[in-house]
Amino acid sequence: MNLRFLLQKLARALLTVILIVTTVFVVLRLTGDPAMYVLGIEADPRALEQFRERWGLNDPIWQQYIRFIWNCLRGDFGYSYFEERDAMTAVMERLPKTLLLMGATGVFTMVVGIPMGVLAAIYRNSWVDRLTMTVSVAGFSLPNFVLGIFLILVFSVTLRWLPTGGSGTWKHLVMPVLTMGLAEAAVFARFTRSAMLEALNQPYMRTARAKGLRRNATVWLHALPNAAIPLVTITGFFVGTLIAGGVVTESVFSWPGLGRLLVTSVSNRDLAVVQIIVMFIAVSMVVTNLTIDLLYGWLDPRVGSARSGG
Amino acid sequence: MSTQEITTRPPIRVPLVIGLSFAWLVLMVVIAVTLDLWQPHDFQAMNLRTRFAPPVWMEGGSWSNIFGTDNLGRDVLSRLVVSIRISLMVALLGTLIGAVLGTLIGLLAARFGGIIDDLVMVGIDYQAALPFMILALAVVAFAGNSLTLFILLMGLYGWERYARIARGLALSAMTQGYAVAVKTLGASPLRIYGRHILPNIANALIVNMTLNFPQTIMLKTSLSFLGLGIQPPMTSLGNMVGFGRDFLLNAWWLATIPALVIFVTTLAFALVGDWVRDQLDPTSR
Repeated sequence: MNLRFLLQKLARALLTVILIVTTVFVVLRLTGDPAMYVLGIEADPRALEQFRERWGLNDPIWQQYIRFIWNCLRGDFGYSYFEERDAMTAVMERLPKTLLLMGATGVFTMVVGIPMGVLAAIYRNSWVDRLTMTVSVAGFSLPNFVLGIFLILVFSVTLRWLPTGGSGTWKHLVMPVLTMGLAEAAVFARFTRSAMLEALNQPYMRTARAKGLRRNATVWLHALPNAAIPLVTITGFFVGTLIAGGVVTESVFSWPGLGRLLVTSVSNRDLAVVQIIVMFIAVSMVVTNLTIDLLYGWLDPRVGSARSGG
Repeated sequence: MSTQEITTRPPIRVPLVIGLSFAWLVLMVVIAVTLDLWQPHDFQAMNLRTRFAPPVWMEGGSWSNIFGTDNLGRDVLSRLVVSIRISLMVALLGTLIGAVLGTLIGLLAARFGGIIDDLVMVGIDYQAALPFMILALAVVAFAGNSLTLFILLMGLYGWERYARIARGLALSAMTQGYAVAVKTLGASPLRIYGRHILPNIANALIVNMTLNFPQTIMLKTSLSFLGLGIQPPMTSLGNMVGFGRDFLLNAWWLATIPALVIFVTTLAFALVGDWVRDQLDPTSR
């Protein structure tokens, strides 16, 4: 992997982030007057004017934009009109909850999805295989909020085992994680299965068996690491669906994380907060995609040289 | 029918699940089109004396409100029927717009290359870095809730996949015999792309459309669930689930019935889409 390839990738990633931040800025400023939302439609016109003056909302948009970028570079990400405090503080307060939910979902997805895919590949056409494939089709076409509602009906309303929403104990975590993780685990299982099927037919598998390794050892130590390469690719999609799914899932279960904050801030027109969250999402997606690109080149040197050459 | 036709092309066997999925989708379309026959009540008519009436098969249910009533005494069946029409219409128009737009962009990138190609690639990067849900959330919430805007937004969803497919296939088609031949004959680029390349790459695009459609429904209903998109007094499937969520404890049917309709419909589309892909493109199995 050469330096030019790396720099090119980095430049493109940076460009993407700047573009996203810019469009969100323009969309947010052009489509409504935050003063009206914060102070109410019946507010005194003088108060409205004062509010706009104070936050520089009367200046031309390009001036607002330059000021916004300049402030961001200085580490000042704006003020939440709605919560009446520093927007970054409001966002950072919610971040751990979202990370907890995403981390738990990620672990669940890998721990359930990958072994299921491996089993489905080894016992092809058995009930494990058919179950995995059925669940993956069903999971793929089940919107998060629908699954969430069904889970609430079963575990909260009927069985009364789990709370319908909120956070705090491990019990609060179960349904949101299942809601986001089941479909993802099924997708992982499906990808693992097809990657494993390919790996199991490779000559090195026969060699491993021929030199006297047990079947289990060949499957988990030889086939799976090779099958892992295509799995890295879908991790990018995975992070994307986790973020989008998190917005919906947090709303279903009243989970006090970033996703819910985004939905409420959007309806309250809390510009700074929306901007920071979108920036967070864009940066984490770009970093994920970049990491995957680089990781891919490292795991499979053929890809790296082909890409940097072309 | 000649016997030769039968021997050269074996009849397509439709598995039972696919048949059932087809039947469900046909039912949905029929409901959406012949709306008025299915609507026992005006879907906006309130009746505060029959609030939270349970469905007919439960104790206290009645045939006048087969699926019960909601918190304002409105008939759930009538609302469901209207919701199906709205949701299907938005998803269908959105998918069509996305397919046309994406294909056009992809073909333009393939034809002109250079800076246009670069711009399209930047756009694809952009789309990959911002989950569409988030973008849609911001745009719908701030630009207001007009139905037209919502449909256009759905049309924007997934454009990059069509663009990537169309671009890639068109580029490889240009090196193939037929395209080179018509080009040598002096056909205009519009003719080469429109009359020769497009029909040849249409299969892949149609497959992508069938795969995209259920995802559009899911995105659309998710946004409505969050309270964006279609606004009261109009109704949609996601909207019904969103409002019903608050009454899960005492009136489970409000959220569950539309949720089931969403699930079965997207599942049916996904199954049929998979099957169509296998039929059109046996190598992808």
